[in-house]
Amino acid sequence: MKRLRRTMLFVPGNNPGMIKDAGIYAQDAIMFDLEDSVSLAEKDAARFLVYQALMTMDYGDKELVVRINDPSAKGGREDLEAIVRTRRAVIRLPKTETAEDVLLCEKEIARIEGECGIEEGSTPMMAAIESAAGVLNAREIAFSSKRLIGIALGAEDYVTDLKTNRSPGGIELLFGRSMILLAARAAGIDAIDTVYSDVNNEEGFRAEVELIHQLGFDGKSIINPRQIKTVHEIYTPSEKEIAKAQAVMEAIEEARRKGSGVISLNGKMVDRPIVLRAQRVLALARAAGVLREEAENDA
Amino acid sequence: MHEPSISREPSISREPSISCLEGLGLPGGQFSDENLGKSYSTLAERKASYSKIIPSLEEAVTLSGLRDGMTVSFHHHFRNGDYIVNLVMDKLAEMGFKNLTLAASSLSDCHAPLIRHIQSGVIRRIETSGLRGSLADAISNGLMETPVVFRSHGGRARAIESGELPIDVAFLGAPSCDPYGNANGYSRDVDGGVMCGSMGYAKCDAQHAARTIILTNHIVQYPNAPFGIPSTDVDYIVEVPNIGDPAGIMSGATRFTKNPKELTIAESAANVIAASGVFEDGFSIQMGSGGASLAVARFLREKMLAKGITASFALGGITGSIVDLHEEGLVKKILDVQSFDLRAAESLKNNRFHQQISASYYASPADPGCAVNLLDAVVLSALEVDTNFDVNVLTGSDGVIRGAIGGHPDTAYGAALAIVVCPLVRGRIPCVVEKVNTVVTPGKTVDVIVTDYGIAVNPRRYKLRQRLVDAGIAVSTIEELQQKAQRIVGVPAPIAYKDTVVGVVTYRDGSVMDLIRQVRD
Repeated sequence: MKRLRRTMLFVPGNNPGMIKDAGIYAQDAIMFDLEDSVSLAEKDAARFLVYQALMTMDYGDKELVVRINDPSAKGGREDLEAIVRTRRAVIRLPKTETAEDVLLCEKEIARIEGECGIEEGSTPMMAAIESAAGVLNAREIAFSSKRLIGIALGAEDYVTDLKTNRSPGGIELLFGRSMILLAARAAGIDAIDTVYSDVNNEEGFRAEVELIHQLGFDGKSIINPRQIKTVHEIYTPSEKEIAKAQAVMEAIEEARRKGSGVISLNGKMVDRPIVLRAQRVLALARAAGVLREEAENDA
Repeated sequence: MHEPSISREPSISREPSISCLEGLGLPGGQFSDENLGKSYSTLAERKASYSKIIPSLEEAVTLSGLRDGMTVSFHHHFRNGDYIVNLVMDKLAEMGFKNLTLAASSLSDCHAPLIRHIQSGVIRRIETSGLRGSLADAISNGLMETPVVFRSHGGRARAIESGELPIDVAFLGAPSCDPYGNANGYSRDVDGGVMCGSMGYAKCDAQHAARTIILTNHIVQYPNAPFGIPSTDVDYIVEVPNIGDPAGIMSGATRFTKNPKELTIAESAANVIAASGVFEDGFSIQMGSGGASLAVARFLREKMLAKGITASFALGGITGSIVDLHEEGLVKKILDVQSFDLRAAESLKNNRFHQQISASYYASPADPGCAVNLLDAVVLSALEVDTNFDVNVLTGSDGVIRGAIGGHPDTAYGAALAIVVCPLVRGRIPCVVEKVNTVVTPGKTVDVIVTDYGIAVNPRRYKLRQRLVDAGIAVSTIEELQQKAQRIVGVPAPIAYKDTVVGVVTYRDGSVMDLIRQVRD
């Protein structure tokens, strides 16, 4: 089953307490940050801390991601040297503007993989797009490397680049979001939305998650565990949706038993998009724990 | 009023020697013909001529008959804002008293000045629910020759009532009192600027002490109704300028935690309650004032609304979050032995079904119908728990006393479902361990441990465990949690103690649960 990326929790790489506890919440992924949340003086310490955490802590089945510094500079290369060796994390490239940025990072990763006998290509990547140029190149970025599991929008830098700021409705992000989403879908990878930094504004957060959910994003970067529940709620299918998805799957099963090539449900043809939507609804329902028996039977 | 049917001659000695009266225990009394003593003065005149107000604390102490070696008692409703204990003990020291036993319902950081009264021999013995700050430090380091006796709130009430802990003079601070001794933690008339809400712990002392002295900053008109302590339990009243620091007594409303870890624990605890079998219409509950246990209220609220049920009562130390549930109609009645914040105190003052109760009513094991025995669920905090489910709320990871028993063992025993919430580790200190420093609440009475890293159910409660598993709650063993903690922080070096016993932890029935020894420097 495809991995869910509804929630990716940002954890500053220089905060031992938060790193220790990052695994106790219900989020799908943990993103340890070595970049913007770590001051220059603490870069080395953070790199060491995150390396040790990856090597020693038990984060269960959560996806682990590390946001590195610019890999064209020394600090970013040192980040890669440490993190790739753990074999446990997805490398998140910050401020990606072109496909070449991805390829440069990929080359470094491949070199390190080669040096320490890790299977080449086994280190996944994701790219964060945080500028006007990046958004316009989103398609090339999304197609640039087989290692990419997804692309993400970083809105703070992006709106500054646009010479605007973030509004409650988020109209200024509509083009960027749509562009990134389309690029990701075209390339068959995930699209992750940006953070919502006003943790105490639960209503505003909910509205934004509803928006990006409707747009089609796979999930959202979050900066506080308190935001997890809202995202998962919105990404949890309704009972009606689940029932419909189950009916679709039963219809497929029925058609398979009968050896029929044409699948129909209540007199309507069930085609591929409907099947894919149904599978996704059921995956989300299982992840949210609203479809337990099914999940247990599968296991 | 109707006329009495029999004319009321002073008939006291009409037939004084008739033999059928013998053996009835009717010796006659103060109202003889010569000394009837009936007064014809009006209420206003009587108020002007008689009251229980004594001009000074010193005179009240003298009138009380306090002697060296006796026991004086105090309540802790003023928490860390209390002025009464220090004020009274300073006076008793000045008056030359020695070898007193100080029996407080609890003691806080602000009672550090007691150290010098212990050193000078004014205080020989202490009984309390808890100790904190430099007094606790000094006692853990061997300040006293006689160990401190720690009792739970219910255990203390039982000891006082049974005569095991006789109180000679109770010195009770009260935010309002009328001239005849009706005292309360608030006033429905004019507000005196200080409020503590319920006087639950003071009620037992007033009722059972040989002499009770109320210290108040606020004399109000008779009758000070409703009252926490009735005038019948009060002998003397002393007016003092300040009874406590309002800021230390209580804050506006106990802050609702935003700490994601505490919220995670709280949500898990609420899930456990909802799946446990006790979560039905009319259930009863107690929640503590710690961050996580306080936050349980919010998650339970959602579940109560979703299920369409209400609680028949909430018990205990009461916080604003319980009051919110009450005012929303989700909790029918509140039984309040101690109000934790101003919101709770104001609710006690204004809400008709918010009832003040005594420590005895709350938790005395002598009464099988005490309120804790009628609890469905209680959520309690802990400093540490161990693989026997034993709980420590009294001594820190350095072996030094730094907490209070409170109602922990009482409610754990009484409730059908006793949940202890606790982070797996605090900083570098493991909180789920193989053996706690000090056993305060026996593991036999603890049903579920909820940590941020998982939940463990007492093996005695295998059916409960099954119910949680059926509801999709992941249940670990307590050993797994302990191992997890150990993997994160390792095994701490053992605490170095001397042989000297500095504290005795008693259980509700007065039996000895554990001993606290002097720490090595």
